[in-house]
Amino acid sequence: MPCPSLFLTHLVVLFCVLKHSVDSKSLQERQRQQMARGLPKQKPITGVKQIIVVASGKGGVGKSTTAVNLALGLSANDPSKSVGLLDADVYGPSIPKLMNLKGSPDLTDNNLMIPLMNYGILCMSMGFLVDDAAPIVWRGLMVMSAIEKLLRQVDWGELDFLVVDMPPGTGDVQLSISQNVPVAGAVIVSTPQDIALLDARRGAEMFNKVHVPVIGLVQNMSVFQCPNCLHQTHIFGSDGAKNLALSMGVHFLGDVPLHLSIRETSDSGKPVVVSAPDSAEVWAHLRPLGRQLPCPPPDDTGRAGVSRP
Amino acid sequence: RDGSGLDNLSQVRHVVLVLSGKGGVGKSTITTELALALRQAGKKVGILDVDLCGPSIPRMLSVGRPDVHQCDAGWVPVYTDAQKSLALMSIGFLMEDPDEAVVWRGPKKTALIGQFVSDVSWGELDVLLVDTPPGTSDEHLAVLENLKKHRVDGAVLVTTPQAVSTGDVRREITFCKKTGVRILGIVENMSGFICPHCSECSNIFSKGGGEELAKLTGSVFLGSVPLDPQLSTSTEEGKDFMQSFPESATFSAISSICATLLKSLEI
Repeated sequence: MPCPSLFLTHLVVLFCVLKHSVDSKSLQERQRQQMARGLPKQKPITGVKQIIVVASGKGGVGKSTTAVNLALGLSANDPSKSVGLLDADVYGPSIPKLMNLKGSPDLTDNNLMIPLMNYGILCMSMGFLVDDAAPIVWRGLMVMSAIEKLLRQVDWGELDFLVVDMPPGTGDVQLSISQNVPVAGAVIVSTPQDIALLDARRGAEMFNKVHVPVIGLVQNMSVFQCPNCLHQTHIFGSDGAKNLALSMGVHFLGDVPLHLSIRETSDSGKPVVVSAPDSAEVWAHLRPLGRQLPCPPPDDTGRAGVSRP
Repeated sequence: RDGSGLDNLSQVRHVVLVLSGKGGVGKSTITTELALALRQAGKKVGILDVDLCGPSIPRMLSVGRPDVHQCDAGWVPVYTDAQKSLALMSIGFLMEDPDEAVVWRGPKKTALIGQFVSDVSWGELDVLLVDTPPGTSDEHLAVLENLKKHRVDGAVLVTTPQAVSTGDVRREITFCKKTGVRILGIVENMSGFICPHCSECSNIFSKGGGEELAKLTGSVFLGSVPLDPQLSTSTEEGKDFMQSFPESATFSAISSICATLLKSLEI
């Protein structure tokens, strides 16, 4: 007869092995549930129908310029639509300068920040909340909290579109926004250079990871025409973004040329859609509207949203 | 790995950060060209690319996808030439797919940068240039905290001439002052475009903003680098611009910036 203590040890071992294999399945399931609980729940912003983000991955390709002119273009296209513009670039907020807005937002009775308005667009930016020269030296966690405030503690009212200008990169801000609010789509901006396109691809991939549909790619600074001799130079290369859009299966929304007037009007706080509404540059910015931008749900009269320019 | 507290930065004589509050002004390009200029001036140079979301330097130096090895002291940097005059370490080397998106939150980035800064076995270097992402966030704080034990000689700030750029760089200057980083100077990049056809100079991104910013903040103005399609192409193709176009105005501009930098580092 086997030694009772050895038999007992075998039993204990067998019992542990069985328990472990049963446990590891339910453990995995429990872990999955815990993880899902830990992720923020997506909650729409009260009163805002559609959120469109303008992103790139690469810095300095013209996200803010595109976001501003896109917001203005949406409004110009259909003045009955109310449009807001959120500057989510906490470290380098450009919207105040581009929209010629200054000052601290007032608060409503229930402590919501009142967005500042210019050219008919409601705007909110970290730039309104800090000094011009003050750096925002914040770690990711604080940035997440700030973004949450900029999204939810603003009295947006009823908006058909909220255009969000994203910062460069693929980190905290992008994740926070994609996970916290339902994003109708992302417009990705790039210049034709390979270096920018690599980052644009990463940006698009990031949106895929967080299940945000990519509306399409805009190729900014596509070509420069010398004001003197009209010779065209592709300073940053040519067609790179077009090819990338093709290879990734996303829509190519169009070219925006490198035009002195876009920069000049941006610097002076009078964006080109407002200051030169009949110019070619404006149509370049408005083209995305006629293509794949999501339409707000039809209103009571049954008319759909965005009309073609 | 040897845990005897071997300091991997002990034989690095000078550490220079390349910063900008603004994205897309040419930090990586300027870092690369300065490194090439310093090498031409006979110095041993290293580049640490801590732009986790958009590491551009490997492409600009045509380094491809090398295997990264470890030695007793830590990571062995990738050398761009047989003489080992230019060493490089970039996050791009550690990713399985270099085109993969690095979608990380702050704490993970901070942890990796800590490793990057202290665990690369640089050996003997005259200058280590640190290329940073735009802004003033986790990456920058991590770099400074980890370099605290060693000395940071200072920072070169890159801007384009336009107001949206100088506005952001102003914040970066305040950041440097608050964190005790000496500002070695301001570089104004993309300063003017010369039409290759008629030689008319167009100030696509405005002009003079960098110099004004330097005056406003009491910093040294290191110089302007023009918008040069040949420079863009060289970085795209990973070619050594400093070697290929020594006659260009861009070459003179970068060489002059390099010379001023060497003087202020007292090399």
